[in-house]
Amino acid sequence: MTGLAVIRPGPLSLLQDAGRARWQHLGVSPGGPLDVHAAAWANYLLGNPWGTPLVEIALGGVELESTLDTWLALCGAELDITLDGAPRPNWSRFAVRAGQRLCLGFARRGQRAYLAVAGGFRVGAVLGSVATQTREGLGGLHGGGRPLRAGDLLPCAPASLPGMASVPWRFVPDYRAEPGLRVMLGGDAGDFSVAERRRFFAQAWTLSPQSDRMGARLLGEPLRAPARQWSLGVTTGTIQVPPDGQPIVLLADRQTMGGYPILGWVHPLDLGLLAQCPAHRAVCFERVEVEAVQGEMREFYRFFGR
Amino acid sequence: MRLEPVGAEALLLVFAEQPDADLPLRIAALAERLRRELGPLLVDLVPGWTTLLLHYDLLRTDHRQLARRLLPLLEDWYAGPPSSGVGRLHEIPIWYAGEDLTEVARACALSEAEVIALHSGTEYRVGAIGFAPGFAYLGELDARLALPRRASPRTRVPAGSLAIAERQTAIYPQASPGGWHLLGCCPRRLFDARAEPPCPLAVGDRVRFFAIDETAFRAAGGVP
Repeated sequence: MTGLAVIRPGPLSLLQDAGRARWQHLGVSPGGPLDVHAAAWANYLLGNPWGTPLVEIALGGVELESTLDTWLALCGAELDITLDGAPRPNWSRFAVRAGQRLCLGFARRGQRAYLAVAGGFRVGAVLGSVATQTREGLGGLHGGGRPLRAGDLLPCAPASLPGMASVPWRFVPDYRAEPGLRVMLGGDAGDFSVAERRRFFAQAWTLSPQSDRMGARLLGEPLRAPARQWSLGVTTGTIQVPPDGQPIVLLADRQTMGGYPILGWVHPLDLGLLAQCPAHRAVCFERVEVEAVQGEMREFYRFFGR
Repeated sequence: MRLEPVGAEALLLVFAEQPDADLPLRIAALAERLRRELGPLLVDLVPGWTTLLLHYDLLRTDHRQLARRLLPLLEDWYAGPPSSGVGRLHEIPIWYAGEDLTEVARACALSEAEVIALHSGTEYRVGAIGFAPGFAYLGELDARLALPRRASPRTRVPAGSLAIAERQTAIYPQASPGGWHLLGCCPRRLFDARAEPPCPLAVGDRVRFFAIDETAFRAAGGVP
């Protein structure tokens, strides 16, 4: 079998695809990449269809050796990329030959890098997806939800492409910026007082180091949340306000149901910017209407051939 | 009955402010029908205690269009019989030897035997499945056993643990953190990604527990 041999896996490298749809009624998390924008571009650069299996690399520090000739693409966090010691550009595709070593340094800007291979990594799906869910023990290389580790071989087939290609500059986000995350108000928003809603938008929140793939936890002047009792289905991007008044934005590895009061939902494309923020980064929220988000998401899905 | 957009790619149907015994089964029947009739428009349908969340495909529909498609179906569903069936019955063996059994009995001023008799003497309804794959919220626990969640959750509850909190009971399908009180252990697997279906329980199903001893627990494949 040919593929990319994992020499150093980095702190948390996970196989991902478009996520595990159609099983939420049994409590199965949807999973998938935290930054769908960067992940979509990595596949797009190689001509891969939407949701082709790739690797989400948290923080970098990865070393891989190829056993075949193929093409790779990296998008997302800014980190040093070298192939047998020679630099390669981010947000670009490049060729790799059998025996060559790809080294990724530690992320300087952003937190997640996406490594795609021409044709995708060929891994068996669990409940229709290869997305690695470490909490639920689903997906990944052997189906049990394990992150990549040294000695793993990421299976892929040889491929050849006509030449280098890069993402146009205007589509490359600046991960140094303090993001203004666009929010659709709704859910229990009407049960928060006007003053509480104003405070949510007026203050800069700080990203807590307790954040993970399940949720981004924010710290700030606490909000007074109304009570909610009966658990209901939730979506990725939901802003929950638990009794301590510190909002949690649900990310890809979220649970399927929640019982905390809901203030609204973050724009799906802004979740990627949030996931690229290091701990302690300040983030702000601004309002957006559902219809505007829908228009933008349709355009995004159509461009990437979802 | 309310229909509310949930973000840009989901629509929430709210049926009641408070759950009642028949509602889960009725919501499950509606979900089944919507899955059949609206097929590719819907990606995921997630029943809650009093709600049904529809994750829709934004390239095929949106919340306004979907609401228009739903209205005749919902009217029909409302006009229909209170529930189209009684839900499948699952009889689940439990070895009542959980870590918190003694503590629960003390807190409820009952004997351990009385706790077991009350817990296994009730027929439960699956009200929702969530929290973790295959984690079924069962109601309604006898009021004499109702206790608040533990003050500090355990970091690891073993797979198969039968637990109670407030007026609910559930089995943890996988080892996970948890704040409920552990009464016993079930030898059966309640979530297996490779099985069809992966979870034997569905919203609206009925569940009865019966007590087994350690020998029977081990014979049924249980690992204490």
